[in-house]
Order: sequence, then structure tokens, then C-alpha cells
Amino acid sequence: MSAQTTSEPEIVIDVNGLTKSFGGPPVVRNLTMHVHKGLIYGFLGPNGSGKTTTLRMLCGLLTPDSGTGTCLGYDIRTQTADIKRHVGYMTQRFSLYNDLSIRENLEFVARIYNLEHPRRATQEAIDRLGLADRADQLAGALSGGWKQRLALGACILPQPELLLLDEPTAGVDPKARRDFWDEIHQLAHEGMTVLVSTHYMDEAERCHEIAYIAYGEILAQGTVAEVIAGAHLSTYTVTGPNLADLDETLKSLDGVDMVAPFGVELHVSGRDAAKLEAAIAPFREKGPQTWTRGEPTLEDVFIDLMSRIKDNSA
Amino acid sequence: MSGASDIDRRTRGFRASFLRVRATFIKEFIQLRRDRVTFATMILIPLMQLILFGTAINANPRHLPTAVLVQDDSSFARSFLAAMRATDYFDISLTASSEAELDHFILSGQALFGVQIPAHFGRDLIRGERPEILVIADATDPTATGGAVAALNGLSQTVFSRELVGPAAALAPKKPPYDLRVHLRYNPAIETRLNIVPGLVGTILTLTMLIFTGLSVTREIERGTMESLLAMPIRPFEIMLGKISPYVVVGGLQMSLILIVARLLFGVPVEGSLALLVALTLLFIVANLSVGYTFSTIATSQLQAMQMSMFFFLPNMLLSGFLFPFRGMPQWAQAVGELLPLTHYLRIVRGIMLKGATFADLQADVLALALFSLAAMTLAVARFRQTLD
Ligand SMILES: Nc1ncnc2c1ncn2[C@@H]1O[C@H](COP(=O)(O)OP(=O)(O)O)[C@@H](O)[C@H]1O
Ligand SMILES: [Mg+2]
Repeated sequence: MSAQTTSEPEIVIDVNGLTKSFGGPPVVRNLTMHVHKGLIYGFLGPNGSGKTTTLRMLCGLLTPDSGTGTCLGYDIRTQTADIKRHVGYMTQRFSLYNDLSIRENLEFVARIYNLEHPRRATQEAIDRLGLADRADQLAGALSGGWKQRLALGACILPQPELLLLDEPTAGVDPKARRDFWDEIHQLAHEGMTVLVSTHYMDEAERCHEIAYIAYGEILAQGTVAEVIAGAHLSTYTVTGPNLADLDETLKSLDGVDMVAPFGVELHVSGRDAAKLEAAIAPFREKGPQTWTRGEPTLEDVFIDLMSRIKDNSA
Repeated sequence: MSGASDIDRRTRGFRASFLRVRATFIKEFIQLRRDRVTFATMILIPLMQLILFGTAINANPRHLPTAVLVQDDSSFARSFLAAMRATDYFDISLTASSEAELDHFILSGQALFGVQIPAHFGRDLIRGERPEILVIADATDPTATGGAVAALNGLSQTVFSRELVGPAAALAPKKPPYDLRVHLRYNPAIETRLNIVPGLVGTILTLTMLIFTGLSVTREIERGTMESLLAMPIRPFEIMLGKISPYVVVGGLQMSLILIVARLLFGVPVEGSLALLVALTLLFIVANLSVGYTFSTIATSQLQAMQMSMFFFLPNMLLSGFLFPFRGMPQWAQAVGELLPLTHYLRIVRGIMLKGATFADLQADVLALALFSLAAMTLAVARFRQTLD
């Protein structure tokens, strides 16, 4: 593994203007994305926004209608065979063999990638993933969390340079999710590049960079701080009684672009700070709620991005 | 990155390709072994078909139920009935007392034959008046009655040789001035099962091989495992060979089972070379596997693949010469039949098992099977969808 010594890190995923449709309107539209080596890149967006489709185009399972790009320097249209050798793709739905045991599944993968010692490599993977007790259980009999571990194990077994993980932690308990992310950070530390799709906000915060996609279009890209700053949102946090009523009233005000309840708080945001101040001034004076100026969270930003798209298309 | 160049080196070349085929073979074999129902089917289908076809089907049946209406009590009438019984084709089990009752026996299916010997038959015969014996045959099924009717015609030569002596000798039929010698080679007793059982090897293999490979690709798609498989560095022809090869073994086992049972239960011999039979059967197995696999790359569901297999299986059954004589079919049907692997295999398997045919005798059919397999495999690899588009 080479260490990151150069100041200009190499670009692992470099795609421009990818568009893909399945007969109807495009589900991925003019997508441009650059991912640097060794990064954990989060790919966020609601269901049906085109995350899986994008990942499939990156690993050669779907051919884009238009647009160009490379993955690890290989053309995603013409050099898919090379991409498959170097990219580990973990599908959203478990897609290893339910009627094979953990060991048999891993051995199959090891052999398909022509590892020198498939049995030894399998045993090492089993130990590394902590699957030793279950190694001879059928994959179909495993719980969701263990299936996920197995799938990840199968992906990293051939030591790919790039991992594409499609919602790897969906439906997995918090402890398993945490372990999973520790593992991913460890891999990135060792030089692997990871593109991971998710819709958990806390996971987004664990990524080096993120991209937010909705309706097939990337709406924001960069580090979490950059994405938040780029939205130019002013946000107030409101606590106190009758928040539900307040929510209704505020929504209709000019200058208030988004009102979202977060537990016992209400987040009130606006794109134009001055207009927001003007709109909420009467409520701040009247009370009885307490208003504090806060930083917008990533979720505030995403909800706002979504509503802007809706406004535009409406 | 050292790992990068490493995997490029490892995954290239013939040996790497072979190892991937082997990996797929191992995987398929384990899955097959775990699938108890499929495994049982593979053993039970051949056994059941073999025993049913081998014992139940007889294209030259004997001891057929026969009803008689005898209105004459001369020794001629008794001799005629005795001679009929002696052919083994007729089992005279019903006696009618009127023409209406005789008709009823035939109509109701209780008898396949009705024989009416009219009154004064013996007297009229001696007088040289050429009396008639009426034989009614239920010819709705020509196969059932054909052999028996032929045997009846043969009767007339000899039936009354005991009665027509002395002054009546002039009435005896004359012998033709030559002898006709017919050699029934390879199956002198005309036993249907000698023809059917080798043919069964072919039909059973066609059916099971089509079904099992027909499901192999669609199953991966339906279970969602295709997405992982396609994301791995394995090529379509490697997947195909890896998926087909376990069934070559299975087909080989089925063939052995059928041959052993055929030998032990029905005494069907293998006159020719067993090694040649095994080798050519494997070729035939590969031909069917490649058809099944092709279907499986075209079909979008397991059900569709099954339907395609059945669609292909029917003409194989009907036009190959398995059920009906190939040479008896109209030209167009023979032309279609020539395109089916079972047609060629039937010639091979009957040739080797019953006639002791050698490779030289069977060259054309071997070539046809080989070309067929190659064409199907090429189509399958071309049709294999390497993306999820
Ligand atoms: N193979 C396909 N055929 C037709 N439509 C598809 C196919 N794959 C995805 N889609 C559609 O494309 C849209 C985006 O899907 P997807 O990429 O799976 O989104 P995500 O992974 O973000 O949930 C969805 O509306 C989905 O129905
Ligand atoms: Mg998805």
C-alpha cells in the first residue's frame, strides 16, 4: 500500500455528465463527481434518488446513456473488465448465495479473483471479520447484521482499491453500524477509497466528503462543513410549549423557508437572514418559546435542498 | 500499488480462466447437493420413466381380448379358433350369442376383436362355396391391432391342413413356388422395449438436462445473486462452463443408472463399445445442456425457462423417432427432426446398444451433435447479459 505522500492526491472516481434512464425520464441526470484516493465519500439522498443506479454505472453494471468517466483510471464504458478486477461492490440487497455457508461464499469469491491461496485467504477474512463461530452456517440463516459483515468481507477479500458500498448499514443495529464504520475507517486508513451510500445523517458526518443527490441530480458536494456553509441558511432553534401550533404558523410566513421539528426543538431556517429576522421578530418578542440562534445541521440543509427542488419543479 | 498489478497478473491467462470455471463448478455442485428435491428428481425421473416405459409400452401387443360368435359346430370352426389362440395374439375370452352382442363387446371396449363364424361354415367350405369368416378389429389404435391382423393373414395358409385331406385336399391353398426368408436382425422377437429403452436414455437426458440448466441463470437473476456475480471478474463463457459441467456429471450418473437398470430389469444389451457409448452420450448431454443454458439466458423468469424447455422437448419427443418411426414421417417432419439432437442421439444409442455400430457408422450424427452444441453455446455466450440494463 502506498502512503499519501503527494500534496495533490490522485482522483479515483472521475465522472462527468452521467445520465441514465430506464425508458422513462432520467433517474440520474448530468452527474459529475470527483473522488480522491483514500477518502470516505458519502453518497446521500432519499430513496429512489438514483444512488444505486450511479454506483452500478461506476462499476460497469449499467451503461450510461451519456456522459463519460473513469474509475481508477479505467473507462467506465469500455474497460469494465478491468474495473471489476479492482473494485469491490457491495450491493444494497444481500446478493451472495443463501444456500452456501459463509466459508463457501468467501472461498468462491477468493477463487473468482484468482487469489493464490483461496482457503488461507478465506480463513484470514473469517478471523478478521469475527465470523469464526459461524463460518459453516448457511448465509441464508444469518441475521441482517451478520449478512452485512459477510458481504463486506467478500468485497474486501480480493483487496480492491475502491469500495462501492450501497446502503451497507440499512436495517442494522447501532452497535453493528458503529463496528462497520470503524472497519471502513480502518480500510480507508490503509489506502482504500470508499464510496458509501446511506441515508443516515450521523453516518454522513463520519465521511470525509459527501454528495447529496435528489431526483437524480447532485445538489451539494464537499466536506460536511462546506455543504452546510454553502447552503447559506440562517437557523434558529426554538424550545418551549405549543411548538406544533407555532410550526403551522411559521411555515406560511415569507422569509421562513423551512420549519422542522427535532424532538423537543423546532428548527426554523431561512435563506435570507434579514427576511428571516423580520419574519420571526414578533414571535421572539411575544414568547412564550425561547429562541436561540444556531448552526443549521446537515439535515436542515438537506431538507432545504429538497424543498428548493420541489419549488423549482412546481 | 503492488496489489493492483498483482491482481492483473493473477486473473489473466488460460489457467486463471480454468480456475474460475472450477470455482463456479464447485459452487454449483454444492448448491445442487443441498437442493434435496432436485437431487431426488434427478434419480427418480429416470427410474420412473424407465420402469413405466420399459414395462407398460408394447407396440406389438399380444393376448388381446377377443369375442367370438360361433354359429357352426364343425371341426373347421374349432380348428380356426385354436389356430387363432396359437398365434398368441388373441385371448378368446368372450362368447357372444348374437351379432348385436358381438358389436356391443367391441363398442364397449371389452374386446378388441370379434370373430363371427357363420352357420354351415364347414359344410359350405367342403362344397367349395368359399364361405366367409368375419373378423372385426377395433382399429382405433392401429398399433394395438396391426400385429394381430398380420398374424391372421398368415393363418389362412395352414389353418385347415388337418381337415383338408383326402378328397378335400384340392381345396387346400397352394404353396407359392418360392420361399421368402425375412431376417429380423438386432431384435428378432420384435420386442418394443429393445427399441424404447435405448431411446429412453435419450429422452430422459433431454428432459432433465434442459430443466436443470434452464433454471441456472434465471435462478441467479431471481434470487438477486446475479448482481454480485456480474460485478466480479468472471467472463460469460466461464460462467457457462462452470454451470454446465456439474450436470455433465449428473447426466453421466443418470446414464449409468439407466444402462444398469435396462440391463438387469429388461435384459437390454450393449452390443457395441461401451466406451464409445459413454463418450457420445456425454456429447449429447453437452448438446442439451447448452440448449437449456441458452434458454436460461433468454428467459426472464424460471417459469419462462421451464416453458421454453417444454417447448423444445415436445418436438424432440415426437419428431426424433422416439415414439414414431422416423422414416415414416413426412419429408418436412424429417427435416425438422434432423435439427434436433435427440434424433441423432437415437441413431447413435440404438446403433451402439442394439446393432453394435462403430464410430465410423455414426460419424454424421456425431458431427451434427457437435455442431449443434457449438452453435447453442455461441448463442448463449452472445445472449448473456453482462449488465443490468
Ligand atoms: N433496472 C431498472 N429499471 C427501471 N427502473 C429502475 C431500474 N433501476 C432503478 N430504477 C428506477 O430508478 C430510480 C432510482 O433508483 P435507485 O438508483 O435504485 O435509487 P436509490 O438507490 O437512490 O434508492 C427509481 O425510481 C427506480 O424505480
Ligand atoms: Mg438504492
